[in-house]
Amino acid sequence: MDLAEYKGIYVIAEQFEGKLRDVSFELLGQARILADTIGDEVGAILIGKDVKPLAQELIAHGAHKVFVYDDPQLEHYNTTAYAKVICDFFHEEKPNVFLVGATNIGRDLGPRVANSLKTGLTADCTQLGVDDDKKTIVWTRPALGGNIMAEIICPDNRPQMGTVRPHVFKKPEADPSATGEVIEKKANLSDADFMTKFVELIKLGGEGVKIEDADVIVAGGRGMNGEEPFKTGILKECADVLGGAVGASRAAVDAGWIDALHQVGQTGKTVGPKIYIACAISGAIQHLAGMTGSDCIIAINKDEDAPIFKVCDYGIVGDVFKVLPLLTEAIKKQKGIA
Amino acid sequence: MEILVCVKQVPDTAEVKIDPVKHTVIRAGVPNIFNPFDQNALEAALQMKDADKDVKITLLSMGPDQAKDVLREGLAMGADDAYLLSDRKLGGSDTLATGYALAQAIKKIAADKGIEQFDIILCGKQAIDGDTAQVGPQIACELGIPQITYARDIKVEGNKVTVQQENEEGYIVTEANFPVLITAVKDLNEPRFPTIRGTMKAKRREIPNLDAAAVAADDAQIGLSGSPTKVRKIFTPPQRSGGLVLKVEDDNEQAIVDQIMEKLVAQKII
Repeated sequence: MDLAEYKGIYVIAEQFEGKLRDVSFELLGQARILADTIGDEVGAILIGKDVKPLAQELIAHGAHKVFVYDDPQLEHYNTTAYAKVICDFFHEEKPNVFLVGATNIGRDLGPRVANSLKTGLTADCTQLGVDDDKKTIVWTRPALGGNIMAEIICPDNRPQMGTVRPHVFKKPEADPSATGEVIEKKANLSDADFMTKFVELIKLGGEGVKIEDADVIVAGGRGMNGEEPFKTGILKECADVLGGAVGASRAAVDAGWIDALHQVGQTGKTVGPKIYIACAISGAIQHLAGMTGSDCIIAINKDEDAPIFKVCDYGIVGDVFKVLPLLTEAIKKQKGIA
Repeated sequence: MEILVCVKQVPDTAEVKIDPVKHTVIRAGVPNIFNPFDQNALEAALQMKDADKDVKITLLSMGPDQAKDVLREGLAMGADDAYLLSDRKLGGSDTLATGYALAQAIKKIAADKGIEQFDIILCGKQAIDGDTAQVGPQIACELGIPQITYARDIKVEGNKVTVQQENEEGYIVTEANFPVLITAVKDLNEPRFPTIRGTMKAKRREIPNLDAAAVAADDAQIGLSGSPTKVRKIFTPPQRSGGLVLKVEDDNEQAIVDQIMEKLVAQKII
């Protein structure tokens, strides 16, 4: 394989119901930095039904070129059909790099594409860089439950691929005046390329703000002693006052106090809110791996030796059931809420 | 119905510690466990077997000889058969090489059983040591069969599966016909414990070793040389430095909250 033939850092954009996911923009920001370092250009691949109008948004966030596969057959994500489209794109356009969001869909699609193209894929990256040769991407990811970080390279195969955790990188500012090329492509698919069938999406409503989108997360751990603080009690009250979401450690999820969709950490979600309030969470490395990107961490814990106090900006050693309601009251007062 | 479950023995990452001086991983004394999500995968298979006694469950693991411990545990839980894919040549395999090697082993086991292919292959969504969630899909792609990842509910009807997949918005319901590979999340079920009788029986079971040659794995596609990704460097994550920590004494919660609040307001955090 003549590596010099492969050009362009491509973000595989992910949209849901006609709205691009934030991670696609975060990836464009990173793609821009990588492209500037190695002297390459930034592209995006957009797949779905009636998605063409979204191309301009990708350009505004840093894409020079957007390849659009707008096809009614591609309305719902389908592993094998989407993988086929991306593999065909690779053979036709010879991109150097694919960046994929480490969402459930991205983590489903990435390995299917990498295996079809017999190339390397680094999972759940939290840092991206370029090797001394100015060509090879250096993918950094946590391993062993977040205890170590590994730098991975894929020097001899193309495309170089990685999935990147959402909310690790900041979304770049949109530049509405940015210009770029929109290229319409035709998906070459037969029925055999759809190996599974989408039946329906069961949306989980009524649980308030999703943790991955929240500016404030009030998270509880083992010391919360039950589901009440998560559902209606002190965690929920504090989150509501701040317009935020309730999160949880693995211990709280394992205890059945709250749904796994709220789990923060290595096997849960990575979050980077403006404020993260960790309540009765000791701060196991697996949990820290999911939240140390938060702008401000406030920790409340009885145990003054809890590792969470080593990473927090503000810590209170005390009983969360006494401290948190007082904090909520103080915030209410500050915000002028009666 | 023939089901194959892929299982992995992993270090209990919750027990891994970092040497505070040398900043290296202390692996000594870290127990090896049955990857939790793989237990959910096996439990799903066992529930299918509970519902239909004609279901046969085969376990497959890739790893060193000691990985037979988890295979025995799986047999004790109720699986029918177990194989270990083990070869020094497989050391250093990345997910592409691992997926290839396991797919080769699956083809070989199917051939030995006189079946064309397994109806359902179950894996955990990811192993807790690598956390890549890639090997399941890599196996499915190698075998040319569909994959359904992040399963939280599986229904089998005839030769069709209907699966609820975890997704950011909720659950996606997906259908596929056999053969299919499904990866399990924790919410799928509560894995059962091995029975004492099962454990005794499993202890005496011979577990066949398959090496790379036995599964006709191409040396160029396994191990370090068959892995497109290379590890360039390993390091311990930089620590975020701690901030202001205040301790409640003599019920002075209010004073402490006020003090912290003042800082938060001054810094325009709240």
